[in-house]
Amino acid sequence: MEALKQKAKELLQKGDVKAVLGYAVGTGNVRRPHFARTPEQVDRLVLDEKCTQNLATYLTKHEVKHLGKVAVVALPATQRALLQLVAERQLRDDAICLLAMDGTEVKVLPSGAAVEQHLALKTDAMPTADKAMIEKLMAMTREQRWAYWQQELSRCVKCYACRNSCPMCYCEHCTMDCNRPQWVPVASHALGNLEYHMVRAMHLAGRCVECGECGRACPVGIPVHLLTFFAEESTAKQFGQRAGHSTKLDYALSTFKPDDKETFIR
Amino acid sequence: MADTFKLTHENLDGLFAVLRKDGRRVLAPVDADGRTELNDVEKPGQVSKSYIQTIMSAKDVVFPKVERLLSYTTEPGSVELHDAEPHALPTVLFGVRPCEAKAFGALDAVFNWDYRDKFFNARLEKMAVIGVSCTKADDACFCTSVGGGPADTKGSDILLTPIDGGYLAEVLTDKGKAIQALAPQLFTPGNGVDKAMIAAKLEQAFDQPALTAKLPGMFENKLWEGQSLRCIGCGACAYVCPTCVCFDIQEEADPKQGQRLRCWDSCGFSMFTLHASGHNPRETQSARWRQRIYHKFSTYPERYQMLGCVGCGKCTRACPVDMNLREHLVEAANA
Repeated sequence: MEALKQKAKELLQKGDVKAVLGYAVGTGNVRRPHFARTPEQVDRLVLDEKCTQNLATYLTKHEVKHLGKVAVVALPATQRALLQLVAERQLRDDAICLLAMDGTEVKVLPSGAAVEQHLALKTDAMPTADKAMIEKLMAMTREQRWAYWQQELSRCVKCYACRNSCPMCYCEHCTMDCNRPQWVPVASHALGNLEYHMVRAMHLAGRCVECGECGRACPVGIPVHLLTFFAEESTAKQFGQRAGHSTKLDYALSTFKPDDKETFIR
Repeated sequence: MADTFKLTHENLDGLFAVLRKDGRRVLAPVDADGRTELNDVEKPGQVSKSYIQTIMSAKDVVFPKVERLLSYTTEPGSVELHDAEPHALPTVLFGVRPCEAKAFGALDAVFNWDYRDKFFNARLEKMAVIGVSCTKADDACFCTSVGGGPADTKGSDILLTPIDGGYLAEVLTDKGKAIQALAPQLFTPGNGVDKAMIAAKLEQAFDQPALTAKLPGMFENKLWEGQSLRCIGCGACAYVCPTCVCFDIQEEADPKQGQRLRCWDSCGFSMFTLHASGHNPRETQSARWRQRIYHKFSTYPERYQMLGCVGCGKCTRACPVDMNLREHLVEAANA
């Protein structure tokens, strides 16, 4: 922890970055995102197993971009999201400065290539509880699954915490907010909720880095991350590629390749 | 001064039965997968034993997340309009906290300000509140900083405070008396317990009148930008808030028919004040965050002579990035 703070202060003092984004202790000992712009603010940084948030979400926000270059204390999920953001041309390589822990040592990862290399050493298996839940859902009949999601989504109030906490939901004009024409009902009724969550899951198929942030962000505890996890797993199975592993990735669902194994496309 | 009685646990069982027999649904905090939800219950045994607050507020009883205001059908040359009627169910809210009970006053201020909203009023009329005093508070609570208290009676028709063997029951309003009249034998004479000794102790965190007085001079303060930097601009805070009253009117229509809906909205959303011209007077998240504070602590007192915040802390608990309202208000008060 001291090494991390020291590195953060060093980066700020040298002027390499304008802010260090990490975690701090919040209400009732939870962990919250924390922007340190002064050495005193660096002292509030913590990093432990309670830190879960995917901080890559902030890197595409106007207010954060305005700060200048930001160093990010990056968990593996944050690193994956960052690689995917580079692949989708939302971040430039020279905007990258990640602080990753390697044992007790702090590594500064200054480029997409460095992040790729660092991540290759990590395993990022889906949490067992989520995996088990997806298996349980897949073992259900279609009617049972339908009933399960109807029940879960009935609690949705369309606060969009799932969308706004997602590092890959960076669109400035989200289809959900589009009113000319209005593609999806704004109202949080059964149809509006279902359409929203279906669109969200499909839009993240092949792009979800499986951080689970959407599910954690949901104030009413709907496991919405299972939808995007499943969409990502299906894409990985069918197209042989995963989001968040490389700075160069063609989006599986919108890329044409002459050597595609399907014949209908030729 | 309220009439004070004792309501034993057994008699509360009886009261629930009597209320349901009277045709009212009873909504109360219930434990569900680690969350506390407001659900329909039959018996007090179903009510959560350890909750501080429900996640969502009870506001949707009077101000649902989606309300149909009217519908219409169109044929060549004619339109037929149908007024919607509120589907208001007789409801008893049991176990809401004093902060939340008080919050209905802040909703009332808007829905009956320059126009009497028939949907809100129809629902409010059929609702009664049996509040339960808090015996504990958490780091998100700050009712005592905004003129409330863990055993405050305002907004409750009957306020219960836990005592040995049951509750101290204060019957406060005509609606409360009507509930008592359904089964007067269940309310036994009180024994003069001092509820202040039982209620949670919560120190005042900031001087609210002083904060309200200084806010107009703080519009350009850098504080808002710093506080809002981690805000992700979702609507969780507004949607769990018992006083947030903003709504959006949506039209769902096809060439033959349509309906007009009132849906919850949030000042945290980037499109909340977006003009048709493309101009947005609250272009940044910090401007939107400042709006949230000002609306509750400056505009509300100015316009309605009350606060738009009851200090329940639901926003803090629901926030995915832990925007702690109490902490931010303390910062503003000290700025």
